[in-house]
Amino acid sequence: MSVVVSPIREPLIEGGKTYHQITEDICSPTEKAPNLAWIIAFTLSTIFLGVFVFTVAWTIYFGIGTWNLNRTIGWGWDITNFVWWIGIGHAGTLISAILLLFRQRWRTGVNRAAEAMTIFAVMCAGQFPLIHMGRLWLGFFIFPYPNTRGPLWVNFNSPLLWDVFAISTYLTVSLLFWYSGLVPDLATIRDRSKGIRRKIYNAFSFGWTGSAKHWQRFESLALVLAGLSTPLVLSVHTIVSFDFATSVIPGWHTTIFPPYFVAGAIFSGFAMVQTLMVITRKVLKLEEYVTLQHIDSMNKVILLTGTIVGVAYLTELFIAWYSGYLYEQYAFYNRVLGPYWWSYVGMMACNVLSPQVFWSRKIRRSVVWTFVMSIFVNIGMWFERFVIIATTLARDYIPSSWSYYVPSWVEIGIFLGTMGLFFTLFLFFTRVAPVIAVAEVKAILKAGGDQYIGPNATHQHHTHGEVKTGAH
Amino acid sequence: MNKEKEVIYGLYDDEEILLSAVKQARADHLDIMDVYTPFPVHGLDHAMGMEESRLHIAGFVYGAIGTLTAFLFMTWVFTRDWPIIFGGKPYWSVPAFIPITFELTVLFSAIGMTVTFFTICGLAPGRTNPTLDDRITDDKFCLAFDASDSGEDVRDGLRNFLSSTGASEVNLKTI
Repeated sequence: MSVVVSPIREPLIEGGKTYHQITEDICSPTEKAPNLAWIIAFTLSTIFLGVFVFTVAWTIYFGIGTWNLNRTIGWGWDITNFVWWIGIGHAGTLISAILLLFRQRWRTGVNRAAEAMTIFAVMCAGQFPLIHMGRLWLGFFIFPYPNTRGPLWVNFNSPLLWDVFAISTYLTVSLLFWYSGLVPDLATIRDRSKGIRRKIYNAFSFGWTGSAKHWQRFESLALVLAGLSTPLVLSVHTIVSFDFATSVIPGWHTTIFPPYFVAGAIFSGFAMVQTLMVITRKVLKLEEYVTLQHIDSMNKVILLTGTIVGVAYLTELFIAWYSGYLYEQYAFYNRVLGPYWWSYVGMMACNVLSPQVFWSRKIRRSVVWTFVMSIFVNIGMWFERFVIIATTLARDYIPSSWSYYVPSWVEIGIFLGTMGLFFTLFLFFTRVAPVIAVAEVKAILKAGGDQYIGPNATHQHHTHGEVKTGAH
Repeated sequence: MNKEKEVIYGLYDDEEILLSAVKQARADHLDIMDVYTPFPVHGLDHAMGMEESRLHIAGFVYGAIGTLTAFLFMTWVFTRDWPIIFGGKPYWSVPAFIPITFELTVLFSAIGMTVTFFTICGLAPGRTNPTLDDRITDDKFCLAFDASDSGEDVRDGLRNFLSSTGASEVNLKTI
């Protein structure tokens, strides 16, 4: 295989792996009994999943009056959590689709887990609009189906309906992209196993053989799905931001929202990928596949997008002042210095100031720093959504209807519960499927393995009359 | 299912050896049944003289169907079936139709292409396709010839070809 690799590129796969060793390392965690760390984590997650089921059942039984939303503040933790989870999902698509189009080889180490994260995060996000309907059993009203009421169609001009289409398309496309990529790797596990296990993996690997024609079509499919997912992921958070931006609420009615939401989504998503991968690589002993180089690259994205949202926050303040519009000015004064000042401080500290430590290469490559920072960013981005939603609603046009909002135990329970749902699904996934794309890692071995490139390279590349790889 | 085939195949340890073997087979006018690899090997489709996949054309067609479905449906609903004025905008408020039109374009294209991909490759949930060796999804690269109708001399020729081009194992299997 003739590959051209810049001599300054660092290896992406360490330990001088062979193809077989890659299969062994990545597939073996699914074949062994889980270790104690996994069992503890899974138990905790299912407890939180239980909290989710309980609080949602409580909400549905007693109605959303059990939440502390009021007439002024109609969107609280529910929509905050919705936007937060959706945003987290975006990094997975960014890694799997946009980095594929940009031919970034380091994506292969993290794309599988990141795509899984996307799917699980979108599933968590989807819970909130549904239970916020109050009457969940009428949830199908949001779809335009022929009905006996006219038929009375849904309002296609409403951003909330656009959201329905955007989120369901996003979930479907992510699922297809992820699963089609997973098929060859499930076949790898199938071919390593026997008995009932082989039967199960055979069913899920669709009868994959690895035929050259299939691989050719597979690559064509992956490329087009990546091409589709790229504008899709940008559209999803753009449409989420339209929920706010197309309203006439001061503080929401701004044209900066789409790019600012997308940047924030990528920012929080990468932080969640870091949170997950720092733990996963340690627990599953995959440090040679998710290297410091991968962590470094993702921290650079966090630094960039964190700075973009920082610029957006300052731009918002400037435009509010410059608009000369009293209500707009007050909305932002209220955001910074109003009753929810602490959430604005939390947002600024976690999202804008703290990622600046990543200018230091040493910190970007520190696992401990990365983990701590990823938690900060997750908290900061949650605050951002809370600031936009609750703070803005708390002070509307008429001072007599001003209000303050503190979540009830049910709302807190549902939020913690979605964490349980998310981690239960993710931990389950680490047990049944390869968390790293086996075939894709093998395909970049000769361009990213440390025996081929980097300071310890031992193999001089023999290529077919084309450019040699840079093993200097 | 097709009738059973007798396949002579060689397993190679490296994709570069496989690639030169495939090129050699083409130069020798041998009729390759298929090549199986654990990951997509770049240049293999060209070496085998394979045509470009037309899957992306299908993707475009599905996407176009999605675009038309969404746009024409919303147009019909808001101008013919049940016109309602929202926020003082015209019935046929095209800019507001764009988000859903875009989403359905992507949705139709993605679902259509994925389903087409699995269908034309003969892959489906629960399907079992015959495989030559379990290590093909691990670290072996397989070049296979159909020897069902060949005499023993042709078979020997294929075996010799495989081992002389660097195959680490040469086998015959009926699938």
